[in-house]
Amino acid sequence: MSHRPHLWRWGTAVLLLTVVCAWLGLMTGSEGLDTDWRWSDPIVQDIRWPRTLGAWLAGALLGLAGALAQGLFRNPLADPYLLGSASGAGLGVASALAVVSWGGAVISPGVAWAQPWVWRLGLTGCAFAGAWGAVLLTLLLARGAHHSLRLLLSGVVVGVVLGALTSLLMVAVPQAWPVMQSFLLGSTAMIGMPAVVLMAWVLLPSLAVALAMARWLDGLRLGEDTARSLGLPIGLLRWVLIGVLALCTATSVAQAGLIAFVGLVAPHLVRSRVALSYGPLLMLSAAMGGLLLCAADVLARAFMAPRELPVGILTAVLGGGYLLWRLHRQPQRGTP
Amino acid sequence: MKPPASALQARGLQVTLGGRDVLQPMDVSFARGCWTSVAGPNGAGKTTLLKALAGLLPATGEVDVLGVARHSLAPQVRAQQLAWLGQTADGDDDVRAGDVVMLGRLPHQRWWQGPSAQDHAVVQTVMGQTQCWDLRQRPLGQLSGGERQRVLLARALAVQAPVLLMDEPLAHLDMPHQVDWLATVRGLVAQGVTVVSVMHELSLALRADHILLMDAGRVAHQGPCGDPQTHAALRQVFNRRVRVQALGGHWVAMPDEGEGGPSA
Repeated sequence: MSHRPHLWRWGTAVLLLTVVCAWLGLMTGSEGLDTDWRWSDPIVQDIRWPRTLGAWLAGALLGLAGALAQGLFRNPLADPYLLGSASGAGLGVASALAVVSWGGAVISPGVAWAQPWVWRLGLTGCAFAGAWGAVLLTLLLARGAHHSLRLLLSGVVVGVVLGALTSLLMVAVPQAWPVMQSFLLGSTAMIGMPAVVLMAWVLLPSLAVALAMARWLDGLRLGEDTARSLGLPIGLLRWVLIGVLALCTATSVAQAGLIAFVGLVAPHLVRSRVALSYGPLLMLSAAMGGLLLCAADVLARAFMAPRELPVGILTAVLGGGYLLWRLHRQPQRGTP
Repeated sequence: MKPPASALQARGLQVTLGGRDVLQPMDVSFARGCWTSVAGPNGAGKTTLLKALAGLLPATGEVDVLGVARHSLAPQVRAQQLAWLGQTADGDDDVRAGDVVMLGRLPHQRWWQGPSAQDHAVVQTVMGQTQCWDLRQRPLGQLSGGERQRVLLARALAVQAPVLLMDEPLAHLDMPHQVDWLATVRGLVAQGVTVVSVMHELSLALRADHILLMDAGRVAHQGPCGDPQTHAALRQVFNRRVRVQALGGHWVAMPDEGEGGPSA
């Protein structure tokens, strides 16, 4: 079929750009572009390489989750955070910070107890637990996963309530605010090798499961009734993919904070170029998400060097701008 | 073994939505290798009946497909035997027409297998039948209402099921494509396929072998399209606003404004 070469061209372009971005990621340091870098340099090996790799992986997780959410809920505006995982992660981090700050400020013996306990779980652990908790709460409120609209509404409600709780904590413990802020803005600066390994271990099986179910997602494109008339196990598909979606999002959020728009924009960018079935769409969305965050990471380091811009601000501005541009360019082709 | 006379048989089929009986308990059966059209006023329960037969709604009662209880069939086997085409042209705009039609082959594929050469051949045949083969590379969002409907029709035909349920298959189709559709259905019926279609256009509904008339969630009448009793029932169901007449060897339904105008 004639769309195959198009798909390959598009895939190759994404791959090449990713290599270029990774290369730039190795070159870019806190002083801006560093032209005489070498691989043996510990800064490159221990800081820039895991950071670049981590940015790609976090972006790929978000891109995959976004494509899954849009396919599962049959809504082009669905994004990975819509089941409440973002606000859950935020509350997890805020609670951890509040416990530490409050313990440190008020009862000094408490520090000895509170700090090791919280740090052992880690901020990432708290974010992960919070994200999962929020998704489970959403599923509970929606009484299962079989009703899309109820699920989306529950996600919104959980998001608003948990967000309010987070704000309440930050008002009560204002000294935790600076750290909280960097989490809310999203940052790839702290990603080390353990985080990279973890994200890779989540990404690979998630991608495998998603690809195995890609044909069922295709069946869902004509509506749930048609999919069921074709004998597809819609209930199983929902539960498994919501699990994958929540796992990918929670992992990414726990390592890199709340990075806006990558999960929403990556599948859109892929779809705007070529009409695909879900198999290649899922793979390309993951690759596109990785590329976007990798590029944003380089820009965030180089833009105001030696100061670093939180990468979430960049993705929000660029992603929002892109969506606006697309909206402006295609006023006649709305979703009916 | 003698095959059962009815391809699709329902006993005590009932659907309740929000405490209201959308479908009163009913027994219906559809003869094998026969085209039955379903007609009736708005809200009579035609779409609900089709969905309940296909197992897409929570319904009580028994449905037999080709003599076997539907609930005892594995979902994939049921999907091979019973194809359903919905009323709303609901679909993702970014999916290509050819890929949409290929979805109809899903019941014949194992989940790890891609489409076979036979699947591709079937897709080409059915897209030729509904004259949309030339549209196969176009995304659904770029098609007109009629083109989209032809693609969705081809999707339902691609299942090649012995029992085919279609809800308003002629929506958005112009007259030449309606005639093509009639020829396609005639061809399927000649091969022994059982077709049940909800039809809005009464004159086209009267082209079927049998007609099932529904009113307020009940079966008002079921019989051959040429039978005077059927014509009387049709007139009754549509509040005496319709008259059936013979024209050029076919039965045609005409609006009937009564003797003294619309206040009959």
